Amino acid sequence: MRINKSFSLVLGSLFVGLLLVIMIISLFYTPYGENVMSITERLQAPGSAHWLGTDNFGRDVLSRIMVGAQTAFLVGSISVAIGLTCGFIVGTLAGYVGGWVDELLMRATDALLAFPGILLALLLVSIFKPNMFQTIIAIGVLSVPSFARVIRSGVLQHREADYVRAARGIGAGHFNVIFIQILPNIISSIITTAALSFSTAILVEAALSYLGLGVQPPDPSWGRMLNEAQGYLNKAPWYALAPGLLITLSVLGFNLLGDGIRDLRDNVNRGG
Amino acid sequence: MNYYARRLVTLFLTVLFVVVLTFTAFRIIPGNPALAILGTEASNEQIALLEAKLGTDRPLLVQFGHWLGNAALLDFGESLRFSEPVLKLIVSRVPVTLSLALLALVISVCTAVPLGILAAKSHGKKWDALISIGTQFGLAIPSFWMGIILILVFGLTLRWFSVSSYVPWSESPILALKSIVLPAVALAIPQIAVIVRYLRTTMLEQLNLDYVRTARSKGLSERSIQYIHVLKNALLPVITIVGINFGELLAGSLVIEQVFTLPGFGSLLITAIGNRDYPLVQGLVLLIAVTVIIINFIVDLSYRWLDPKIRLK
Repeated sequence: MRINKSFSLVLGSLFVGLLLVIMIISLFYTPYGENVMSITERLQAPGSAHWLGTDNFGRDVLSRIMVGAQTAFLVGSISVAIGLTCGFIVGTLAGYVGGWVDELLMRATDALLAFPGILLALLLVSIFKPNMFQTIIAIGVLSVPSFARVIRSGVLQHREADYVRAARGIGAGHFNVIFIQILPNIISSIITTAALSFSTAILVEAALSYLGLGVQPPDPSWGRMLNEAQGYLNKAPWYALAPGLLITLSVLGFNLLGDGIRDLRDNVNRGG
Repeated sequence: MNYYARRLVTLFLTVLFVVVLTFTAFRIIPGNPALAILGTEASNEQIALLEAKLGTDRPLLVQFGHWLGNAALLDFGESLRFSEPVLKLIVSRVPVTLSLALLALVISVCTAVPLGILAAKSHGKKWDALISIGTQFGLAIPSFWMGIILILVFGLTLRWFSVSSYVPWSESPILALKSIVLPAVALAIPQIAVIVRYLRTTMLEQLNLDYVRTARSKGLSERSIQYIHVLKNALLPVITIVGINFGELLAGSLVIEQVFTLPGFGSLLITAIGNRDYPLVQGLVLLIAVTVIIINFIVDLSYRWLDPKIRLK
């Protein structure tokens, strides 16, 4: 986009890919157990034994960050799946059926959007005891409106297109029209929204966990690690750097990926 | 229907939906809310007492009507933890959160507008690229991490600011301002990125329009075209963004306040959630959400008022 069209896509894929690799490696190998405490090795500076140092319980920061990538991906992918599924149902119903159904669903969507992101998440997590499951649900609900809007406008745009009329003319049912005719045409905007929702999910998860209302110990979460690190800023400033950097890089990666896909689509649409 | 009437109906429906959502959120707790608050060891008398206090012993619709009626009068009941009216607790925190959000708003607009202009002016050149990279980072860095970094650099290393000692405005405005500068900067950074990107796009759009060509052909200097004609038109849509941003700033301050241990809405809400103080959580969430909705409504109207083109459509 601003920088260079394919540049965002390449860089975004690179960051997201790197993160995926870290996550996959962490499934099979971490330098230390992510929950192994060692009182004698508390708050050690980065060195040859612990590349990123140790935390206040003597746990290896690198190992915890690697496993933290699993948490981020788990929360991100399931909540995006929830948002996409619900958003697809809402968006298609609103766009395809139209009329008062559209009006009702869109007003509800507007109301959800009226809650500033983190506030809605806080309201939702305050209902149950904080854990990973409810964090995922809260973030999933948060991402429904953007999917619903994108899908609705896509459906509206294509609903009366000639090719859809033609398909109807030769007897295509609603299912066929929605999934076979329209969906392929709006899939790139859905993927863009998914990438951007993924980055929001990572940010909100980190914020909730930082506040102590998201992923609970002992599950490693980057946000939670920042919360712990803040208590030791004087003694161990390095501890606060790595988890924040990882959050930033993942969010940056998914944002760039989303932008890149959108630019690619715009180029194709313009015939460029 | 007349635009304003339609907009008012939408506003009403949105507020109604937010009210219903805030109300039902605490009624879908499996089992008994009083039990959830008190825990399983509570005696039947204790539970009955709390149920009467919360009103949960009555039918759902009656509860809703009662709660809605009171909420309309800004009576959100009494906090379970602090045994004080919810409104009083909330009002006592307003100066902190409001001043923080306002300062962040000022910082973000004052930084973003020059940067956006610079990016649009040097379209495709070095500054544009640098600012683009900057905004991407601005959007990606979690504000609470930014806060921690600011504490580390300006608080602990350079010692320019004392960290985590909030001074009320009534005590010393200068010290109060000093205690909210760092959190306001952390809060402003993502919003700066949003405004810069938006302003840059609208300015570039404007530069391609006919009136710019006319201005050029009648010999106006590039400076006066950019600063007077284009900027005036490009800033208008930015107002909408700033309005939305204010909501984001209010919400963002919920997290940032925790980083800097400021006694605002954020710490009140987090404490309330931790204590399962449902009346307080409900009151706070409702008040913040409705404030944001009303601000957006006002911004929407002022935007129409400022731009006759939209009014006439």
